[in-house]
Amino acid sequence: MTPVIRRRAFVPAAAVVGGLLVWGATGLPPVGVYRGPYGLVLNQVAVAERHATNVVAAVTFDYRGIDTMGEEFILFAAVIGVAILLRAMRGEAEHEPQEAVRGRRVPGTSNAVRVVGLALLGPIVLFGIYVVAHGHLTPGGGFQGGVVLATGALLVYLSGEYVTLRRVQPEHSIDLGEALGAGGYVVVGLFGLVAGGAFLANALPLGTAGTLLSAGTIPVINLAVGLEVAAGFTLLLSEFLEQTLVLGPGRSGR
Amino acid sequence: MTVLLAAVLLLVAAAGTAVVLVRDPVNQAIMASFFGLLLGLAFLVLQAPDVALSQITVGAVALPLMILLALAKVRRSRR
Repeated sequence: MTPVIRRRAFVPAAAVVGGLLVWGATGLPPVGVYRGPYGLVLNQVAVAERHATNVVAAVTFDYRGIDTMGEEFILFAAVIGVAILLRAMRGEAEHEPQEAVRGRRVPGTSNAVRVVGLALLGPIVLFGIYVVAHGHLTPGGGFQGGVVLATGALLVYLSGEYVTLRRVQPEHSIDLGEALGAGGYVVVGLFGLVAGGAFLANALPLGTAGTLLSAGTIPVINLAVGLEVAAGFTLLLSEFLEQTLVLGPGRSGR
Repeated sequence: MTVLLAAVLLLVAAAGTAVVLVRDPVNQAIMASFFGLLLGLAFLVLQAPDVALSQITVGAVALPLMILLALAKVRRSRR
């Protein structure tokens, strides 16, 4: 396709899409006006029914908990897919991590990055746990807190060496965390089936709204999701780092 | 409120355009991270703190990180 034909094809297509966009935008409700009845009802009843002060968490982990379970398994499948795609292939061999290869000068980590990274590690991990644990009370939850926790692993890599990262994140415990997190959600669902009569029924004591131990199964599910997401993202990070720093064409191929 | 929202939306539009205009992939990843942060700010202004947190963790941290690591891998295997 020559640039001229491409441009001729682009202009009418862009005009049609642009027209549809403008037409669609004119039918939108004004900014700040909410027309769905569902959210308004939930805002009225969620705190009384579920003792969760974060209504978003009550929706995602209780009223529509099965949707979130599907989403969790999407992430689970994606992480497994990446792990399979990035496995060591035939004709690839593990090298010494790039930092240790002789004859190649890698600029060392500056002391400033090292100090900031190590100083941030504790607060980041604590903040991640806080966001996971308070998902039913304040904005946040297992997903957001899990990603924050996984950035802890990134900080270890940034402020040390790849070798250090390998030492502090044993692969087996990460795999275990990933599996426990994904399976834990289903276990909570089955518990609801047994104790409450429906899959994912909130069958735990609801406690006092606004306290850490309240909202029944919501914080438990948050914990499972937090574990799954933290382990999943850490696994992604280490798979990518392994690909980049350790794996390369096999020695025979050189 | 409306002024704040308009300002943030303009910033998001500017950052989004900048992501497209920057041509070097590494700079693009950094710019995409900045764009993700601004989009998170927009969600915060729209009073959706849950979405804002997800946006910041994924859009500003996880996605650019994956792009950077993939770029590093591509550059290394080309050598």
